[in-house]
Amino acid sequence: MPFFEGKGMTGGYGGADIITSCTINVNQGEIVAILGPNGAGKSTAMKAMLGLLNLKSGTITIDGKDISNLSPQDRVKKGISFVPQTRNVFTGLTVRENLEMGAFLRSEDLNNIINEIYDLFPILNEKKSQFVGELSGGQRQQVALGRALMTKPSVLMLDEPTAGVSPIVMDELFDHILKVKATNVAIIMVEQNAKQALSISDRGYVLVTGENKFEGSGKELLNDPEVRRSFLGA
Amino acid sequence: MDFLNAIILLLNYIIVPALSYGSQLALGAIFVTLIYGILRFANFATGDMMAFGTMFAVLLTWYFQSLGISLGFLPTALITIPFAIIMMILYMLTIDKFVFSYYRIKKSPPVQLAMVSIGVMFVTQALVRIVIGPFDRRFLDGEKFILKAIEFKEMTGLNEGLTIKTTQLITIVITIVVVSILFWFLNKTKTGKSMRAYSDNEDLALLSGIDPKKVVMITWMIAGVLATIGGVLYGLDKSFKPFVYFNNMLPIFAAAIVGGIGNPFGAFLGGYVIAFAEIFITYAYKKFFMYILPESLEPDSLVQLLSTDYKFAVSFSILVIVLLFRPTGIFKGKVL
Repeated sequence: MPFFEGKGMTGGYGGADIITSCTINVNQGEIVAILGPNGAGKSTAMKAMLGLLNLKSGTITIDGKDISNLSPQDRVKKGISFVPQTRNVFTGLTVRENLEMGAFLRSEDLNNIINEIYDLFPILNEKKSQFVGELSGGQRQQVALGRALMTKPSVLMLDEPTAGVSPIVMDELFDHILKVKATNVAIIMVEQNAKQALSISDRGYVLVTGENKFEGSGKELLNDPEVRRSFLGA
Repeated sequence: MDFLNAIILLLNYIIVPALSYGSQLALGAIFVTLIYGILRFANFATGDMMAFGTMFAVLLTWYFQSLGISLGFLPTALITIPFAIIMMILYMLTIDKFVFSYYRIKKSPPVQLAMVSIGVMFVTQALVRIVIGPFDRRFLDGEKFILKAIEFKEMTGLNEGLTIKTTQLITIVITIVVVSILFWFLNKTKTGKSMRAYSDNEDLALLSGIDPKKVVMITWMIAGVLATIGGVLYGLDKSFKPFVYFNNMLPIFAAAIVGGIGNPFGAFLGGYVIAFAEIFITYAYKKFFMYILPESLEPDSLVQLLSTDYKFAVSFSILVIVLLFRPTGIFKGKVL
């Protein structure tokens, strides 16, 4: 049984269904990429798993427990952390304050966790007293990742973590994501940079018009001629 | 000697009054800016809420005076402030629960909330007039001056006297204390940081587990403290007249916008910018020039740029200029 799973999810934002019986799952220490053309419902599927969207049917389970009826805040308490695509940092707060806010619900001393985050993202230690609004795009994404990791989540969901950053920074961010994976966190990410995302992912899902179209290991998908032709542009 | 006299003249008529008036505006402007930053609307009831809090201070001052309680040379109103703050906070939380929270939960646009606050303004205005009436009230007692002009002249032998009113000193000291505590709270405590986070990015704050109800409640409590203290200090320094408090909304909003709306430190400085601008522009400089210029160049007119009747035009002009050329204010606005 997978560690975190959204099974047969159907729903939308009120009007027509955006995802229909879509199933996505992830295990601890695994990276899963959700790919697909624009408007395929990739982000929607992820938001449904976080509870930002009311589902008509389908169940979300974590570690065997059904959390389908919990609010996003309560799911965060269950160990799910989410990094939105945009506005994913507090620009008017310092790097350290951003990390502190990430662990708002924890009451113990935060210094140990913050130091762990600094070990993972050394640049944050260097810039800890700077306002996040003054940092570069790649550094901001690291703050966003660091903030999400402050709750010590078992599942990390990333919505296009490399959107709008240069190719060099993208490689660097993927390296960081692999480091996070090594700490036994289950990672789900939605990505536009499909090739690169698949190359670091253990498995991938390709969604088309809200349904599972292809799924398999990163390598299988990369080598699948149909997937290559339709989504990888080669 | 003439040069010293000129400086004392400026100190007496411009700098000391502007510092105390600026402090009063600063407290109001921080109130406006906090509500704007966290609850995301321009609160048009600002002036009247300040009058509401001050009203309790005035009523309690009369009550304490009738009981024979006083603070000696300090105004009795100072001991009434904590009670007035409690009443003010209760009123704000009640209004929030029955009026603002409905629109907040519905996620109404900020303009709609601003219109709602105009409704709250009328109701608050009416309540104040029903309870205490529209008249001009003085509730200052105790020693009126710390330094009298005559004493200063005897001490220094200068022609010009420097007067420092007790209320001016009290205003400046209390403002420094209140604002320091507020900035310490916002920057160093977990709750304060969560308020800044909520103001910065509401969605992410919710995802981080910050409780919006608690943030809103604490915002109103701080607002109650600022509104009451600002209002009482203004009333002690000048007098308590509800209509004047309503009018003060213009310089207060100007101060908040000049400083960058949503930025409490900007609002604090903005208060002084507006106060100094108002007083600098409406002061008659004739006597000042008589001291510093040779007799042959002495001005015939009052050398007053604008009559004091037009002091609101000064804040209004500053407001318009800032909005035209630097809409985010001197400091970057919308960041708490």
